[in-house]
Amino acid sequence: MTVTSEVARPAAPATDGRNGRIRPRSSPWITTGKYVALFALVLFFLMPVYALVVTALKSPAEVSVTKMWDLPHTFSTASFQVVWPAIRTGLVNSVILAIPASVISAMLGAANGFVLSKWRFPGADFVFPLILFGMFIPYQSILIPLTRTMTSLGMVGGLDGLILTHVIYGLPITTLIFRSYFAGISDELIEASQVDGAGMLRTFFFVALPIAPPAFAVSIIWQFTSAWNDFLFGILLTSTNYNPVTVALNNIAGAQNVPFERAMASALLACLPTLLVYILLGRFFMRGLMAGALKG
Amino acid sequence: MTITTKPSAGIRVEKVTKRYRNGVVAASDIDLEIKPGEFMVLVGPSGCGKSTLLRMIAGLEEVTSGSIRIGDTDVTNHLPQERDIAMVFQSYALYPRMTVAKNMAFGLRMRGTAKADRDRRVAEVADVLGLTHLLNRRPAALSGGQRQRVAMGRAIVRETKVFLMDEPLSNLDAKLRVSMRAQLSLLHKRLGVTTVYVTHDQIEAMTLGQRVAVLRDGLLQQADTPQNLFRNPVNLFVAAFIGSPSMNFVEAIVGRGVATFGGVTVPLPEGSALASADREVVLGIRPTGFGPATGDGVPSLSVVPEIVEDLGDERYVLFEVDAPRVDTEETRAALEARSADDALLIPDERARFTVRLPGDVPVTVGEPLKLAVNPDKLYFFDPDSGDAL
Repeated sequence: MTVTSEVARPAAPATDGRNGRIRPRSSPWITTGKYVALFALVLFFLMPVYALVVTALKSPAEVSVTKMWDLPHTFSTASFQVVWPAIRTGLVNSVILAIPASVISAMLGAANGFVLSKWRFPGADFVFPLILFGMFIPYQSILIPLTRTMTSLGMVGGLDGLILTHVIYGLPITTLIFRSYFAGISDELIEASQVDGAGMLRTFFFVALPIAPPAFAVSIIWQFTSAWNDFLFGILLTSTNYNPVTVALNNIAGAQNVPFERAMASALLACLPTLLVYILLGRFFMRGLMAGALKG
Repeated sequence: MTITTKPSAGIRVEKVTKRYRNGVVAASDIDLEIKPGEFMVLVGPSGCGKSTLLRMIAGLEEVTSGSIRIGDTDVTNHLPQERDIAMVFQSYALYPRMTVAKNMAFGLRMRGTAKADRDRRVAEVADVLGLTHLLNRRPAALSGGQRQRVAMGRAIVRETKVFLMDEPLSNLDAKLRVSMRAQLSLLHKRLGVTTVYVTHDQIEAMTLGQRVAVLRDGLLQQADTPQNLFRNPVNLFVAAFIGSPSMNFVEAIVGRGVATFGGVTVPLPEGSALASADREVVLGIRPTGFGPATGDGVPSLSVVPEIVEDLGDERYVLFEVDAPRVDTEETRAALEARSADDALLIPDERARFTVRLPGDVPVTVGEPLKLAVNPDKLYFFDPDSGDAL
């Protein structure tokens, strides 16, 4: 009698070879279909951007509604040269406005968020919704009290009043961002710092702030964009010399007879700084700055 | 190199109660005295108040009533930073944006120690803990065991009168935990700093603690040496909680100097307080309270092994006893089971015993086996109050 022993080998699981994970297999047709659909949608959403860029680069003679999708025959920077003097002061004003408006607001939001989540005081649960409520107040509803207050403070005309307005108007959202961010941090980290002998301020500066860059990135991008794009407060609180870029843009694009290429060129110039802020700060979103604090 | 330490201080916890706003009482009327240089372990199932007690000693949690003294100072109303303590957290809580050296020096820096002094002390402690080559790394670049050592180092550097540790080993894998446990013991011997150590693991408690305080539902059950806890538990809960595998319990009747359960009669230990009693009791026998029957008149019981767990040197034999299972709040709490069903995979009304036998005693599942009971290793508890009799 012979004994045959057979070892059953498990079939090798199908992996895609890249990360070793088993993936559901789908037909190549479905995959292709998905990508085609996604690509079509990308094109659709990029159409306005395409129109903006090509029109801005055309020479004035080339611009017409019927040929708006055509590529320019010759690349011309003529439109930029024409609009630049008109928009330059506005751009500078907006930079002077948006940087402090976002940085100061984020700093104050960080302090708020810290005491509302990690160094709680009696009544924190009452104060937080009150601050949050500020997010839902529309700009238009406070125009009259805002101008009156700013007038009596003597802050109408220049950029200081506008900066102050944006800092305050940004507080609810920055507070919310930092509160949520700090809430996700282990309490033990704060307690460790207390046991190590740090009080509230030193815990905030030495322990909480160093791990907060992702929240700063989100707050600053948000605040920078909203201060940059604001038109209403800008036109209300500043005199002509201190108008932000949105007002300058409106002066070009809002004229009776709109030269398309100029409107597009100035719009392109006006949106570049926000794009730059996204690119510079966006990478902080991805970075895990808490790595290694805990058991791991 | 050696680490210098300050003379250690004792801790006195007097009538400490912690009641949360929602009415939950996490600790009630706890009295505990920890001697200078002692290693005291607080142990109990989850939610027993051990961590709350530790956090109250640290100052991270307010005391509702009662007082806490460290050394000669009443620290009840002191902030954590005003108490001379260092703490190791369960999650280690290392500062993620600081290097190991900066993590360790942070407490000294906050207390205004001069930089040269800080560097010297960090270097000393890093040397002892084998962290010297890691001093410039961030916590993210360390393994779990290394992070644990940094957390320990951060506490040692401070040269405080008291160490507080909140389950510091619970995030390590089993092997590392055992070796860290031994190192922790050595470290305590070397430094001699008063240590309060919280764990839910009774083996950790027994091996580390010079004294162990067992808590349940915010009440201190018994604070004693590991030997005394094991030998003389004050109640059913402590008896069920301490020891692994845990003590076997069965409902029994005591009368005329003997205890009877499931058709087995065992004489009471000599000088037992129950000698003249006639009542129902809960009888407890440790797995080591049995031996192979030799047939020389020692009371024995005949059992049919259901499960045999062979560990090489010794065997755990599980069998059923023809007597009702003891299912009280105390035994359930010790098993951390919420209901009677939680504790059992297969619900059964009858008691099941675990017995430890030497590895050379032949045991086969299903084959009847005669076991001797050691009358000196019996424990008796009141079925209602759970107190030891």
